[in-house]
Amino acid sequence: MLLFPECLHLISTGSGREPNSVAVPSSDPDSQPVPLPEIFSRWFAARGWSPREHQLELLAKARADRSALLIAPTGAGKTLAGFLPTLVELSGRPRGAGRGLHTLYISPLKALAVDIARNLETPIAEMGLPIKVETRTGDTPVSRRQRQRRYPPDILLTTPEQLALLLSSDDAPFLFSSLKRIVLDELHALVTSKRGDLLSLGLARLWRLAPQVRAIGLSATVAEPESLARFLVPQNFPPPSAKRRGGVGGEGLFSEDSTGVSSAASPHPRPLPATQERGGRGEDAGTGDNNSVAADIVVAGGAAAPVVEMLDTSERLPWAGHSARHALGEIYDLIKRNKTTLVFVNTRSQAEMLFQELWRMNDDGLAIALHHGSLDVGQRRKVEDAMAAGKLRGVVCTSSLDLGVDWGDVDLVINVGAPKGASRLMQRIGRANHRIDEASRAVLVPANRFEVLECRVAIDAVNENAQDTPPLRTGALDVLAQHVLGCACGEPFLADDLYAEVRTSAPYSGLSRNDFDDVVDFVATGGYALKSYERFARIKQDAQGRWRVTNPRVRQSYRLNVGTIVEESMLKVKLVRSRRGGSGSTGALARGGRMLGQIEEYFIEGLVIGDTFVFGGEIVRYEALVEDEVYVSRANDVDARVPSYMGGKFPLSTYLAERVRLLLADKRAWNGLPDQVREWLSLQSYRSRMPGAREMVVETFPRADKHYLVCYPFEGRLAHQTLGMLLTRRLERARARPLGFVANEYALAVWGLGDMSAMIRQGRLNLDALFDPDMLGDDLEAWLAESALMKRTFRTCAIISGLIARRFTGEEKSRRQVLFSTDLVYDVLRKHQPDHVLLRAARADAATGLLDIRRLSDMLVRIGGRITHKELDRVSPLAVPVMLEIGREAVYGEASDELLAEAAEELVKEATG
Amino acid sequence: MTLARTYSTVTVAGVTLVADLSGALFWEEERLLVVSDLHLEKGSSFATRGVLLPPYDTAATLSRLAAVVARHDPRSVIALGDSFHDRDAHGRLAADDRETLAALQSRRDWIWIVGNHDPELPRDLGGTVASDVAIGPLVFRHEPTGAVGEIAGHLHPKARVSRRGRSVERRCFASDGERAVMPSFGAYTGGLSIRDLAFAAIFKSLEFTAHVLGDNRMHAIAAARCY
Repeated sequence: MLLFPECLHLISTGSGREPNSVAVPSSDPDSQPVPLPEIFSRWFAARGWSPREHQLELLAKARADRSALLIAPTGAGKTLAGFLPTLVELSGRPRGAGRGLHTLYISPLKALAVDIARNLETPIAEMGLPIKVETRTGDTPVSRRQRQRRYPPDILLTTPEQLALLLSSDDAPFLFSSLKRIVLDELHALVTSKRGDLLSLGLARLWRLAPQVRAIGLSATVAEPESLARFLVPQNFPPPSAKRRGGVGGEGLFSEDSTGVSSAASPHPRPLPATQERGGRGEDAGTGDNNSVAADIVVAGGAAAPVVEMLDTSERLPWAGHSARHALGEIYDLIKRNKTTLVFVNTRSQAEMLFQELWRMNDDGLAIALHHGSLDVGQRRKVEDAMAAGKLRGVVCTSSLDLGVDWGDVDLVINVGAPKGASRLMQRIGRANHRIDEASRAVLVPANRFEVLECRVAIDAVNENAQDTPPLRTGALDVLAQHVLGCACGEPFLADDLYAEVRTSAPYSGLSRNDFDDVVDFVATGGYALKSYERFARIKQDAQGRWRVTNPRVRQSYRLNVGTIVEESMLKVKLVRSRRGGSGSTGALARGGRMLGQIEEYFIEGLVIGDTFVFGGEIVRYEALVEDEVYVSRANDVDARVPSYMGGKFPLSTYLAERVRLLLADKRAWNGLPDQVREWLSLQSYRSRMPGAREMVVETFPRADKHYLVCYPFEGRLAHQTLGMLLTRRLERARARPLGFVANEYALAVWGLGDMSAMIRQGRLNLDALFDPDMLGDDLEAWLAESALMKRTFRTCAIISGLIARRFTGEEKSRRQVLFSTDLVYDVLRKHQPDHVLLRAARADAATGLLDIRRLSDMLVRIGGRITHKELDRVSPLAVPVMLEIGREAVYGEASDELLAEAAEELVKEATG
Repeated sequence: MTLARTYSTVTVAGVTLVADLSGALFWEEERLLVVSDLHLEKGSSFATRGVLLPPYDTAATLSRLAAVVARHDPRSVIALGDSFHDRDAHGRLAADDRETLAALQSRRDWIWIVGNHDPELPRDLGGTVASDVAIGPLVFRHEPTGAVGEIAGHLHPKARVSRRGRSVERRCFASDGERAVMPSFGAYTGGLSIRDLAFAAIFKSLEFTAHVLGDNRMHAIAAARCY
């Protein structure tokens, strides 16, 4: 593996920049041109490298005592840039003990932390620098963790969860008092999830423990760098309470400390708006207050533009589906013609299928491997090592390889299926060729006709370098609850102080006092209106009003359950011999068999014994479920009986969706599309109507003995599913007798027994009323009461907030048990205290998560008064793809009585037939 | 065509009983209502161990019980064991819940069958405490033994039905015509799959029926079709 492959930048390569430039002319008057210390210049020169402009610029920011966000594409030498200030500062210090922790590095992946530590050792050893580097992850032995707290290294590399643990210990003030620098890697990926919330709260704590600390964020290109830069510096600064109690000294938050850095004079936050190296969109992510400040932004330039094309298939393009079977031969040829190819797909099951098919045609015996999150960890490591050693020609992978250790030698990225988002695609493409001055190459393979449109607009977006990363999150209340408990595990805190501290974190900068107090109340006694748990409190106030944990058991439970990653309930999959026929009670099967990996429990729950599905690259037959193990046998079927396409984790971005709508509305732009697609679209214009850029077309038509309603909101599968749930409720009331619906990323089809065409014609069904945003009122409420998706969302909040423990000392509570009990809690809480803080947290998640309600709401407003109805006598060309999903895809009715009635009917038939 | 109905009839040892959608069992001739595994104060029981579940489960369970009592107006009620989640649960009852319970008990015979969670019940509880009760050909006890004519609870039966990649899991009555196991009634009670070995020990084969509590109606489904 290459050491700092990203700084393989030979002086001789012409990338359009000044070679050998070691001093940076800076636009910022605070930053002085920085000469690189002799020892570093020599080290760079000895390797035939020259420091990059942005690396030196970050050094200048550090010298000027500023926090900074580095926006750089993969391969731009981000990691070295992030550590250069630390290495330079530490190189000047004399050898000797007792200096304390200088730099904290946080990565989303522990493997990345370990890899970076290895890479850091090289320059440190070669320059003979007196610097000690250590990692701290879940795998670090307890003895070393304890030693690290007492005798910290100069540089500690770790994860957000480990930081939270460190902060909750009594040693935290000692450990972090010396901290000068924080380096946050892959910040763009961290901030999109609750892990980012947790990290931001950790930062807020560090700003209090070490007011001198400055942050460096490393990020891929994002849509709103300004808003991301806020993450790196304290907001609402200085807090009003600190101003008021300015003279208290020592006790108060952000009071002056021994380092002599006065809080009011703290130089690094920069008020917004201000002149930028690169203009952001200037939109404030959440709060809109005047205290919003951001770190300086440094943009690495000079990256060669990627070369992206769409596979020009000679085969017939499928109408629907996600397998891209038609393009298998062409994908195989691409792998064969290149040295190393990464083949990205959107879901685990697509990866399974593609891998299996590629091997079926692999007459050349190319070394092609499979990598996804459900595979056994050992197996994944093996693939990664083989890849690093250059032994593989291709890896079929999911988002499991979106981030991670750099491999220098990938020369082609193939993205099969929908790209989903422009930024997401660019980051994937960046996985090919980690040398900044060579163009990355990528080929997009659409799996169906709609995906051709999506690929087309995604390529345009890449060429324009248009980004569509989501805006910065508003901090979640369940994560805050976990943090509050963590704080109480360390030094006791005053609510006023902690509230002010929390509001310095960007995601929580707009947190209301009311929400904060509710969270503290929740942590203490559950936050219930019925005050019956005072004597069971987990945290209590002492005589000075400071909150502290009531007993060591609470602390222990916090430590075991820290973190925001709540995994889907997974079952182990083991391969055994088929034992067709037997189907007694569970527990009768002999244990054993080869471990294939893990699978989502909810997928297995939908199967009956004998069903076949694809797993581990082959078609297997479901034999039995014994406790947490699924037994499967090899099946000879060519096609799996139960499809396992569950949709991607990531819905189509709003930005790409809008571009697809514009593309459809503009006939001249169709010239850039393959003939087959152009003909399809033309036929739609002729047979029905092509939706205008801002209009929504609704088609109704009969087919067989049912009546269909198809609409094209283009808002992603999740929002469409929610819409489908709500529409069927309303159609039920309108007596259209709906039977079911199916959604894809672009369209929604609802069918029923009532003749919806006639109903609309006769004025018995009004489309404007049907799609009125008021469906987000009572109808949504009624559905949320029983929605399985909402219960899953609530479960996550219940676990993160610490209401339900995931782990107890020594053993893990069966996940099945946890799932069931949170459903019961949801039902009871919803009825008796609907405004409880956990339900509020779950609602906030539902707005953007599995139910995507906010997007649905935006769409309903967008199409208000712009619905065009087409009454047709048969299915339209544009409707074919979504209609083909029927039967292929689980129908998303949640009416469980129908399913039960069906099973009951079978009994009747058996008895009478 | 399945008729929507909020009860199923279950015949046990020749006696026809109504399996109510609420999870209660009603014997019309005797005007006897049976509910099992209320697990009152399970929430506060967890709270003593630091898991602060919403303290509304007792109120929720009693209000459902009050509804089914109002619907059938029984002369006698049997609580088939594990009515209280632990030995101290009765002492933790909130005043309101205590009143609700007392109101339900007044003017009818109330029999508390002891269970493994509540082997001893306080004297001031009202009603009669017993380990089992025999009425006609039926015997009511907490833990099933598999005896003919036995109505028991304890196991919290639930059934899962899967079709086309979807599945539904609900509480159910399990019966083969000779004996029956009742679903748990409490708001915080989980369940055990009727395909678990514990049920094989009672029913000897898979020739029994799950009377499944759907959202709006009951469904009689062969155990062999459930998971």
